[in-house]
Amino acid sequence: MTVRPSDFPPPFAPSEAIGAPTDPVDERIEVGFLIVGAGPAGLAAAIRFGQLMEEDPETAERLGEVPVAVLEKGKAPGSHLLSGAVVNPRGLQRLFKGRKRLDEMPFYGEVPGESVLFLTRSRAVRIPTPPTMVNHGNYVASVSRLGRFLAEEAEGLGVTILPETSAEKLLVDGGRVVGVRTGDRGRGREGEELGNFEPGSDIAARVTILSEGTQGHLTGVAMDRFGLRSDNPQVWALGVKEVWKVAKPLREVVHTMGWPLRGGAKFREFGGSFIYPMGDDMVTIGMVVGLDYRDAELSVHDLLQELKTHPRVRKILEGGERVQWGAKTIPEGGFVALPKRFHAPGLLLCGDGVGLVNVPALKGIHYAIESGRLAAEAAWRSVARGASAREGLASYDASLRESFLWGDLREVRNMRQAFGHGFVLGGALASAMTATKGKFPPGDKETHRDADQTLLSTSRASSYPAPDGQLTFDKLSSVFASGNRTRDDQPNHIRVQTKVPRELAEMWARMCPAQVYEVGDADGDGTVEVKLAPSNCVQCGAITAKGGRLTPPEGGSGPEYTLT
Amino acid sequence: MAKTLVFLEHHEGQIQKGSLGVLAKAASVGEVAGVLAGSGVRGIAEGVGATVWVADDERLAKPLPQPRVDVLAKLVRDEGYDTVLFGQSVLAADVAAGLAARLDAGLNWGLVDFDGIQGQAPALQDTVVVDVGWTSPVRIGLFRAGALDPIELAGATEVKDVAVELEEFSTAAEMVEQAHAEQQGPSIEDADVIVAGGRGLGEPEKFALAEGLAQALGGAVAATRAVVDAGWYPYSAQVGQTGKTVSPKLYVALGISGAIQHKVGMQGSNVIVAINKDPNAPIFEFSDLGVVGDLHDIVPKLTELVRARRS
Amino acid sequence: MKIAVCVKAVPDAAAGRRLDPATLRLDRSVELAISDFDTYAVEEALKLKEAAGDGEVVVVSMGPERAMDALRKALAMGADRAVLVSDASLEGADLLGTSKALAGALAQEGADLVLFGQQSADGGGACLWAAVAERLRQPVVSQVSELTIDGAALTGKRQTEFGYDTIRAPLPAVVAVSDAINTPRYPSLKGIMGAKKKPQEVVAAEGAASGTTVVALNPPPARGEARKIEDDGSAAEQIVEFLAEKRLV
Repeated sequence: MTVRPSDFPPPFAPSEAIGAPTDPVDERIEVGFLIVGAGPAGLAAAIRFGQLMEEDPETAERLGEVPVAVLEKGKAPGSHLLSGAVVNPRGLQRLFKGRKRLDEMPFYGEVPGESVLFLTRSRAVRIPTPPTMVNHGNYVASVSRLGRFLAEEAEGLGVTILPETSAEKLLVDGGRVVGVRTGDRGRGREGEELGNFEPGSDIAARVTILSEGTQGHLTGVAMDRFGLRSDNPQVWALGVKEVWKVAKPLREVVHTMGWPLRGGAKFREFGGSFIYPMGDDMVTIGMVVGLDYRDAELSVHDLLQELKTHPRVRKILEGGERVQWGAKTIPEGGFVALPKRFHAPGLLLCGDGVGLVNVPALKGIHYAIESGRLAAEAAWRSVARGASAREGLASYDASLRESFLWGDLREVRNMRQAFGHGFVLGGALASAMTATKGKFPPGDKETHRDADQTLLSTSRASSYPAPDGQLTFDKLSSVFASGNRTRDDQPNHIRVQTKVPRELAEMWARMCPAQVYEVGDADGDGTVEVKLAPSNCVQCGAITAKGGRLTPPEGGSGPEYTLT
Repeated sequence: MAKTLVFLEHHEGQIQKGSLGVLAKAASVGEVAGVLAGSGVRGIAEGVGATVWVADDERLAKPLPQPRVDVLAKLVRDEGYDTVLFGQSVLAADVAAGLAARLDAGLNWGLVDFDGIQGQAPALQDTVVVDVGWTSPVRIGLFRAGALDPIELAGATEVKDVAVELEEFSTAAEMVEQAHAEQQGPSIEDADVIVAGGRGLGEPEKFALAEGLAQALGGAVAATRAVVDAGWYPYSAQVGQTGKTVSPKLYVALGISGAIQHKVGMQGSNVIVAINKDPNAPIFEFSDLGVVGDLHDIVPKLTELVRARRS
Repeated sequence: MKIAVCVKAVPDAAAGRRLDPATLRLDRSVELAISDFDTYAVEEALKLKEAAGDGEVVVVSMGPERAMDALRKALAMGADRAVLVSDASLEGADLLGTSKALAGALAQEGADLVLFGQQSADGGGACLWAAVAERLRQPVVSQVSELTIDGAALTGKRQTEFGYDTIRAPLPAVVAVSDAINTPRYPSLKGIMGAKKKPQEVVAAEGAASGTTVVALNPPPARGEARKIEDDGSAAEQIVEFLAEKRLV
């Protein structure tokens, strides 16, 4: 029986997360501009707003007591931010307009040197760095740390940041986005109100900017509601990474391809690993795999553990100690999967939420920052001019098209799809694309939904190393190392069918880096029960790509990243 | 050589084991005397095996801390004690801290040992042991519950009366009703013994095994997150990172794998006994006695044997 | 009625609590957050104020200047003012120094009731209030799981190893509440946004001499020989023997 995750859609209707305001008007919280998500895009928008408030005090006055508010569902800005990362400083330089020097940014140093390795089980062969991956002039960073830095900057400019606050519903009135409703806190497992129950609030704003990151909850419903989705579905990769204290400094940025991924076309295992130095005494190592993989036994977490046993990698980590772990999805559809429009009445969309990621270059942070900056400018224009707000917001789309990010993404638009043909052919196609700057092959190659891939069964899991607690780790202790201490007694936030074919349940159990899913008892009709431990969830978003739907749990839940 | 005064806490006519343990430790590092405060308590001092100051006064009838600060402070000043030691309890902690402020004396708590000069205290959920010292002329130490054995002292018991002079503010609080023995058994936080159940129990009804054993041992019942999630036992019994943190004298883990989320809630327990079918369960890495076997066979027999011993 | 709540800003659990081998003290350079235990005391103060219909809730703390950020959570919950006693000389202060600094600020406030949380989240102590009460020369009641105020007196249910005592004391008094007393409220959005505007004061204090020192840090003792046995039918007997050896039965 061929099992396809998309045949078992989650019990979730976008209409649940969109609606008119329900709070009485005098209980509504009014802000000027509302930003959902304190990541690089949202905070760049916030900082730009802060600058505009100084540059244009007349308009600022009209924004009310709380001119700019940023909602963050994590414990603090940075708690849910995770990336490699090697950052192109361009976005930050444009944002701070030369008012900050690069050495004032919380980076771990300029990229010292780099190599790209093709791995087999026991060997590592250096291959020439593909042009898209040259990182000269870029900086190693922790996006979590960057988030904390940007949040402080934003607060210094008069922005209000509201952590532990989830955005549960997009408020739409008369065809226009008027704000969001925040999530309730203090509900029990069955949804009952506990002693300290605090209902969410309607927050009204003139313009709402959604910068929720990958698998953005409201971004998804907004795109459906306003017909913004591209004809090409978005696709994702899952990245699982660790931060290590190391005994010997690593002197170069390393990317690997090949083992432990399999190159055969039928497996669809697109990805690789990264190993970046974070100063002299820390290293971050991560494994990234496209979620269109087919093997039900594939577990990105375990592939990362396997990777660490490679002699070349072992040497880097020798004498060291793991200090943090985390997981997050990355949108990989690129240019062809970008939404048709990035705005709607009262609404602007930016960052990873809409897939502004250059997959071959592994860059998204500077695009997120640039898009946030442009969104703030468009929102400001729409309020300042006094002319129709809609015109102001449409100018956002124009500014994105004129921006450097548009050309970058267009050039590499077919590269990811090429690897659907397997590593060798994919590599050849990719080289051709680079050499011709995206002119060959012509046209836009379509993407296919990750959840449409039928499952394969192999015995892949037999080679995963048994965790030794020193070099390799099990999922539960890794969840602990993400800082996750989510309150258990709250409603389940993961929408997924709980009676499915065994292969699908097993695929979910392997896929999830946080061990949320467990294969339960067989029901005698070929299906099994799926058991969930939702408080393990680190909100990576993988389930949404593979047949389920992640929704935001109670604010403050999830990981507490600091170095990822 | 230290000259130590030991606070002898008593309840319903008996000196607490914790206090006797501290007394024995103090005797091993120098001169020692105990102090017993209450009303009509002279008889309790019998057989202690050391000098005991008895502060017998109606105003000391109830176990309130502040009058005891007055009694101890006077003794320290009049008799020149350089060390005052306590065994942990709610009452003792309040007396120790009040006394510290009264005498401007340093207070180290959570002690598991003392050599007359320095003490040892575990910190950060027992992941580190700190050597602590004092710089003040009078040293005050509060020992962790169950850290010391109540070794009987061989000396003669000499009872000396001490006059009781109390500050006005010390007698402002009054105890309107005093606690009596709990019928239901201790709460998880206070229990000396905890029997915890995990998924290995198999089904919710099997929690009866944990309850039986807990009752036989005079302890409380706890549960792991997994079984609380599954609705087998209430959240108030959950021990672990997102539940309660406990450090009883004895923790019996039934069918618990020992994932780190559970471990951090109970790793400070004095003695850990684990019963699990799976020989590779992580809990065996940090238990004092690990038993690989079927808890459904072992626990009923164990409960019987414990009951027999205790009767 | 004026209620002062003593709270502590401690290293956030996520940031990791570790002892700095150089100073032998807790590394407090990381993010600070209000201790969870103290939020029960803040909640109780707010409930008492709400029951009385009016009054003032002031949070008082001792710590580095950046601890004020952590105190804002209490303001977001509903406290009216925050007072932070901060001075370089207070760094690393022990019970004596801390109780003196807090008592100084509390004496200035002249509150009717001073509340503490159940225990220290980082230092593991559970007795600071008794030292503060001594310095203020006020009655103290600890481990209170139920608290009522009527007029000029309080009634508290104190939980000890032996069960519950009922204690009455005249105000002003010092009370330490246990985490069984209530469920702390989540700050509302309006509360969070309004916290910044509430009065926040930093006051200096002279340090008091410490009475204790930290001499050295050691790894924990190995648990001793861990015994592992396989049940051959006699496991129950072996367990009982083991427990008897350890004097647990």
